[in-house]
Amino acid sequence: MSERKLDVIMIKKLKIVIPCSEANHVCDKSQYKESSFNEKIKLYIHLMYCGACRDYSSTNTRLSSIILKSKVTCIDKKYKDSMKNLFEKAMNNSDFK
Amino acid sequence: MPNQLLNPNKWIDLYADYLFNFTISRVNDKEVAQDLVQETFLAALKSMNNFKGEASERTWLISILKRKIIDYYRKINSNKGQAEVRIKYNNDFETEGDWLEEHVADPYDKTAEDIIQNTELGEAILNCLSKLPEKHAEVFRMKTIEGMETEEICKELNITASNLWVIIHRARTAMASCLKENWM
Repeated sequence: MSERKLDVIMIKKLKIVIPCSEANHVCDKSQYKESSFNEKIKLYIHLMYCGACRDYSSTNTRLSSIILKSKVTCIDKKYKDSMKNLFEKAMNNSDFK
Repeated sequence: MPNQLLNPNKWIDLYADYLFNFTISRVNDKEVAQDLVQETFLAALKSMNNFKGEASERTWLISILKRKIIDYYRKINSNKGQAEVRIKYNNDFETEGDWLEEHVADPYDKTAEDIIQNTELGEAILNCLSKLPEKHAEVFRMKTIEGMETEEICKELNITASNLWVIIHRARTAMASCLKENWM
């Protein structure tokens, strides 16, 4: 068996090469620091030869950084729920149907 | 331009976070901001008949909120003494006798500009978020802005983890293309 064939078998067995869909999934997980070390290695190998995923990855990283930079926040869930209750009561008391 | 219609059932889900971020950048107090948003919704409900349909729902709510913010500042400054600007002379031995101008903010300091830019950016992010399908926006907000754990979101919304990641992927793609023109 030639060396090249052996390499292909090794790559397939270790699943080093991942499809674009999986690469995107790992990239999304990485934005939330939820990807494992193995997944990151596979992603970097994929990014070496896939331009489309490189674009997606850089856009994704930029999106994360601008969200972080904006310091955008949300209302506390508890407060929002109590606000909804109060608002519903007010709606029922008003003429709004 | 067609007349806009009001749909108060959706107000809190659609606009509460947008109004909250608008307020917090102006009053700098989380609890006060939450109260002002709540007061805005209640005031809007009362004055629904005054809505002419010329502006969008959100613009109309913002105009009410601006009034509420002004009222808030009037209220806290109602005592004359609080409205005055008080400059404390520096009693520090080393800096005694220094010019007052040295205490004034540096006009070339970028901090103020950065704050304004970040406020606008926050508004742009929430604007884009409101354009997403409801479920996508909710998952994206919980995961990205509130920083909730995957398991927690899945439990709350009764979805599987793989379902969550598909939604996150679609939401991120949509958000990126929405913000691309001006911010990325």
